[in-house]
Amino acid sequence: MVDAAYEAEYLAAARTEARRYALGRIGVYAFLTVFAIIYLFPLFVVVANSFRQLPEITRNGLIAFPRSFSFEAWPRAWAHFCVSGACAGIHRNFYNSLMMTVPATLISSLLGALNGYVLSKWRFRGSELLFVCMTLGVFMPGQIALMPWAFVLGHLHLSNTIQGLILIHCVQGLSFTTLFCRNYYISIPDDLVKAARIDGAGFWRIFYKIILPLSPPILIVTVIWQFTGIWNEYLFGVVFTDGSQQPITAALVALATSQMNARAYDVTGAAVLIGALPPLLIYFLGGKYFVRGLTQGAVK
Amino acid sequence: MATLTVARLRKRFAQVEVLKGIDLAAAHGEFVALVGPSGCGKSTLLAMIAGLESVSEGEIRIDGRLVNAVAPKDRDIAMVFQSYALYPTMTARQNMTFGMESRGVPRAEQEAAIKRVASLLQIEPLLNRKPGQLSGGQRQRVAMGRALVRDPKLFLFDEPLSNLDAKLRVDMRTEIKKLHNKVGKTTVYVTHDQIEAMTLATRIAVMHQGQLQQFDEPQTIYSRPANMFVAGFMGSPSMNFIPATLTETDGGPAVEAPLFGGGVARLPLPYRPVRAPAGNRVVLGVRPEHMFRYADDLKLRKPAVASFEAPVEVVEPTGAETIAVLKLGERDVTGRFDPDGAPRLGERLKVGVDMANVCLFDPSDETLIPRADA
Repeated sequence: MVDAAYEAEYLAAARTEARRYALGRIGVYAFLTVFAIIYLFPLFVVVANSFRQLPEITRNGLIAFPRSFSFEAWPRAWAHFCVSGACAGIHRNFYNSLMMTVPATLISSLLGALNGYVLSKWRFRGSELLFVCMTLGVFMPGQIALMPWAFVLGHLHLSNTIQGLILIHCVQGLSFTTLFCRNYYISIPDDLVKAARIDGAGFWRIFYKIILPLSPPILIVTVIWQFTGIWNEYLFGVVFTDGSQQPITAALVALATSQMNARAYDVTGAAVLIGALPPLLIYFLGGKYFVRGLTQGAVK
Repeated sequence: MATLTVARLRKRFAQVEVLKGIDLAAAHGEFVALVGPSGCGKSTLLAMIAGLESVSEGEIRIDGRLVNAVAPKDRDIAMVFQSYALYPTMTARQNMTFGMESRGVPRAEQEAAIKRVASLLQIEPLLNRKPGQLSGGQRQRVAMGRALVRDPKLFLFDEPLSNLDAKLRVDMRTEIKKLHNKVGKTTVYVTHDQIEAMTLATRIAVMHQGQLQQFDEPQTIYSRPANMFVAGFMGSPSMNFIPATLTETDGGPAVEAPLFGGGVARLPLPYRPVRAPAGNRVVLGVRPEHMFRYADDLKLRKPAVASFEAPVEVVEPTGAETIAVLKLGERDVTGRFDPDGAPRLGERLKVGVDMANVCLFDPSDETLIPRADA
């Protein structure tokens, strides 16, 4: 038998403690909710506006609860809207971005893997210095390279072409992909390469048969990194291309700034969302591998 | 026939010389163990034989052919690594066929080789598993299988048992010995474990600081070590080194060593050393198992026994034998005794030393002083 008074005292204390805990939780979640709303609000406005009718937006203001609903802005943004004289929407630019991002991502990732393989498994005199020089590119802002690239593209006759942008993004991305892959391959034991050499495999066979099959975790990282980086890149796109050759980032800015008459907020909203979809999709599909690849070594 | 000859081999990394003129030879079917403490250059030597490291000077011949500049794949060798180095993304079978595929061996031949080796190593049930699904011992077998399918001229092992736990290591050691008896390939085996070297090798090369100290049969290395390094490295507990003086007694040679608490032990030698070093100063090398509790009948079994008295400092029973640390002069001397009649702590033990098996070293250069009769 427990003394009732004694018990009551403990019960009271426990109740106070429970109440304090509940209040604490409520506070934390309220705090988080407020910041989540602040963070998500712009996205909500853009999504909402892309489904509102333009007259209603002009009447009620850009930031207002949607009172109308229409799918009209999406096809217009995609195929019909007029940007600087051409009335074909942004689908050309979307394709441009795809045609630029996919090859540039693949080429720079594969070259990065190859670089990493050489710099970690086939070291030569000065290879460490070379690696340091390559990684300096990570810290180099793109603006610095604008003039040299203008010069190079001019000489190669690649100005205002997607191929020119592919070249730029391959080279600019190489320091990142090389850094990622080299640091990942460092953790692959050298004995594997030695064993393969004794087994009669050469430089390429070791790469294809032993190194690449071990690479998916890091290749997913470089692909996601490169894809989002190149897709979202604006500076090179706007400087070296114009009109129908522009990637989508440059076209979105053109679309939002080059209108004579009233701003088409509904179309702008839809176009922005179209432009943001591919990197989002890539991240949703590969995000968990991204984190895993960055944190996990090569051989368990 | 497959022989290996290494002549005047040197290796320099930048300014550091890690191998300082190594001469080695392995006859057909021989099992040579390279043994030495870490950093002695044994792994570098193996890597050079494999072709994974370049040769700075000297030559390496496999079957008489100079291979200094030959790529690893063209040396007709197979190697087993300490880390096993199994390709993680391939199954055991793919690991074993990788080398044959690289060389374009026909598929039927590959199958036959896999079958032969898998049954030899009893790894048939493991063939479709990946290295990650295998235990340490199984990986070790697959790694050996990968070396065996090639049917190479030369087998190279780089500390293959170091990553296994103690029990498995002893089992696999026996397996390797059986395997070598069965296939009879010329083998070079690197280890830092002197017991592995003793048990497996037909000849042992003891290395220290980039130099070959001695290259001989295990029993010779053990009982007639060329110098104090070899004597101390081989054997556990290691050989006792006792500073002593060469002298004469009853018309025969003897050594004298100071006893603990004053006096000297005079130990007659059953043979005459070929020379006396400066000042007759020598180092007496006594292996722990050549010390016994003195009894009168010991003389019957060991005619060359000599005795002295020493206090017992530490007693360590291991079950099969009892290790005891005795005090001789200012030195600790370790002996291995039969558990029956083992030394007791604090006892002043009369120790019998089998002088037929002791070694004398010259303290000036630490080399063995040979026997005059041998």
